[in-house]
Amino acid sequence: MPVQEGLYGLLAEFNTPQAMVKATQAARSAGFRRMECYTPYPVEEAATALDVHRTRVPLLTLMGGICGLITAFLMQTWMSAISYPINVAGRPLFSWPAFIIPAYEWTILFAGLSAAFSMLALNGLPQPYHPLFNAPNFRVGATDDKFFLCLEATDPKFSLVDTRNLLEDFRAVSVVEVDL
Amino acid sequence: MAPKPAIDQYRHPVNDPMIDPVTGEFAVIAPGHNFTSVTRKIANVVLTSHTPLGWFMGLVVAGGIASMGVVAITWLVLKGVGIWGVTIPGAWGFAIVNFVWWIGIGHAGTLISAILLLFKQSWRNSINRFAEAMTIFAVVCAGLFPVLHIGRPWLGYWLLPLPNTMNIWPQFRSPLCWDVFAVSTYATISVVFWYIGMIPDFGTLRDKAQLPFAKWFYGLLSLGWRGSTRHWMRYETASLLLAGLSTPLVLSVHTVISFDFAVAALPGWHTTVFPPYFVAGAIYSGFAMVLTLAIPIRKFYHMEDLVTLRHLDNMGKVMLGTGLIVAYGYGLEVFMAWYSASHWEWFMMWNRMFGPMGWGYWLLILFNIALPLGSLWWRRLRTNVAYLFAISIVINIGMWFERFVIVVTSLYRDFLPSSWGTYRATKWDYMLYIGTMGIFTSLFLLFVRLAPMIPMNEIKMMLPQTKFDHVDAEETMQETM
Repeated sequence: MPVQEGLYGLLAEFNTPQAMVKATQAARSAGFRRMECYTPYPVEEAATALDVHRTRVPLLTLMGGICGLITAFLMQTWMSAISYPINVAGRPLFSWPAFIIPAYEWTILFAGLSAAFSMLALNGLPQPYHPLFNAPNFRVGATDDKFFLCLEATDPKFSLVDTRNLLEDFRAVSVVEVDL
Repeated sequence: MAPKPAIDQYRHPVNDPMIDPVTGEFAVIAPGHNFTSVTRKIANVVLTSHTPLGWFMGLVVAGGIASMGVVAITWLVLKGVGIWGVTIPGAWGFAIVNFVWWIGIGHAGTLISAILLLFKQSWRNSINRFAEAMTIFAVVCAGLFPVLHIGRPWLGYWLLPLPNTMNIWPQFRSPLCWDVFAVSTYATISVVFWYIGMIPDFGTLRDKAQLPFAKWFYGLLSLGWRGSTRHWMRYETASLLLAGLSTPLVLSVHTVISFDFAVAALPGWHTTVFPPYFVAGAIYSGFAMVLTLAIPIRKFYHMEDLVTLRHLDNMGKVMLGTGLIVAYGYGLEVFMAWYSASHWEWFMMWNRMFGPMGWGYWLLILFNIALPLGSLWWRRLRTNVAYLFAISIVINIGMWFERFVIVVTSLYRDFLPSSWGTYRATKWDYMLYIGTMGIFTSLFLLFVRLAPMIPMNEIKMMLPQTKFDHVDAEETMQETM
C-alpha cells in the first residue's frame, strides 16, 4: 500500500459521556456525517446521536442458522439413506425425528459462528493499524476512562478552523489533529 | 416513602456503605469506584510484574495433580481400558460419571453469561467472565473421558461425520452420536462467546501494558479494537444473539446427555423426567463450582468490592431454586418407580436405596438435599462466606454421587440375577479423576494471570457516571473522583 499523507480528522477528548454526546449531537445538526465516537464501554446515547443503531448482524446470524439447519439435515439424510444405507434394528433409513437433534445443534453452531464472525467482519477487525492510534492521547484514555469524538477530514463540511471551534465549544479537554 | 429495609438493622447498620438504603440489598459494586479505578483494579492483576507467590504455589500443586492425570492417561493408552474398573455389567463407571459431572459444572457459566444476560440481571457482570472460563475448562476435562473411554482415543475422529476409506458414517439414530454434536457445538460456542467478550478488555490491556511483549500479545488478541460506537453496536448485537443462541444450546446439551440414559430401556434410566432434572442438576452443581472458585479468588485478589455479598447471596438463591428442582426429580424417580407398577423399576429403586451401594444414595440425599436445602433459606447463612464455601464443596461432592448412583446402581443389577455383578473403581480411575481437577485448576490459574477475570467494560456500564438522566454529569464525575 502506498504511504498516505495528510489529515485523518480532528479528535476531541471529553471527560464524560454526557459532554461527548452533546458535542456529537451538535456536530450532527451542523451537518457532519463522517464522524465517530470512541468510548470505553458501549454508550447507547452516542449511537442514537450518530444514528448507527441498525446493524446487519442479526440478518447474517439468521442466514447462518438456516444454513446450518439445512446442511445438517441434508447431510444426515444423505449419509444414512443414500450414501451407505444400513438397516439398524428395522428403523427406517430416513429417520427424520432422530436427525432433528444434530440439525438443531448445527443450527446453533452455524448461527453462533455467523454472529461472531459477521460482527468482526462488518467491524473490519482484525485491523492492527488505524490512524487514531497515532493520536498521543487516544490510547491513554479511549479504552479506559475518556470519551472521544472524531470528525473526519473526508467530510465535506470539514474545515480545520471552524471544526476546531465547534468542538472546543463543548468542554472538550483537548482537540488534536490526527495524521493518516 | 421508602420501603422498609429487608435486612436486620442490628447486624447491618443503615450507614453501612455496602448496603443500598432504599432496597436494603447489598450493593453490586462497592461505592467509590470510577472508570479509572475499575480499569486499574482489574488490569493490574494481569499486568503486574509481581506475580503473587501464592499463585505460583497454587500452580505447582495443581500442575502436580495434573501430571498425575497425565500419568494415568499415558498408562491407559499403553494398556487399554482394562486398567479401569469398567466391566460387564458396570460398563460405564467413572468415565461417564466424571464426564456428566464436569459438563454439568460447565453449565452454570453459560447460564450466567447467557440466560442472566437475557434476563437483564446486571449483577452477573462481575462473575460472568470467570464463570465462562470455568465452563470452557470444565468442558475440556469432560471431553477427555468419553474420548479415552472409546478405548482407542487416536481413532476418536471416527465419531465425526468425516469421509473415510471404509465408506461408513456415524449412526445418527444414536444418542451417543447426538452427544458428539451437542458437546462439540457447546465447546465451540462457549469459546467464541468467551473470546468475543474479552476483545474490548484485551484492547484495554494493550493500551495499559508496559512490557513490549505484553503490548504485542494483547495487541494481537485485541484484534485492533478501538471502542468505536459503530463497533460497539454490532458487538452488543452479536453478544445478545450469542446469549440468545447459548440459552437453548445449554438446555439442549444436558438434555442430550440425559438422552444417553433415558433412551436406553434400563430401569433407573428410562424416565421422562431426566432432561429437566439433569439440566437443573447441572446448574446446581455449576453454581456450587462458581462459588468454590469465586470465594478464594475474591479473597486472594481483594475483589470484595466487585464480587460482593450480593453476588454470593444471589448465587445461594439460584442454588436453592435449582436444588429444589433436583429434589423434585429425586422424588419423582421414587414415585414413578412405584407408580409404574414395574417389578424391575421397583427392585432397582429398592436396590439403589438399600442394596450394597445404598450408602451412595443416602450420601447424595444428605449432600444435595438435606444439608444445602435445609440451610440456604437463611440469608444469614447465604451471606456467610465460610459457610457458602463449605456448602459449595458439599454440593459438588453430592452431585458427583448423583451421577455415580444413576450410572452404577442402575447398571450393576439389571433384569437377570445371573448377570448381576458389581463395580469397583481402580486406582487409575481415581488418579484420572483427581488429575482432571488438577488440569482444571491449572488452566484456571493461567487464565486468572493472563486474562482479565472480570469484564472491565461491563463493570463500567454499571457505574453511576454512565447515567444520562442525572442533573449535571460533570458534577457527578467530580463527586465520584
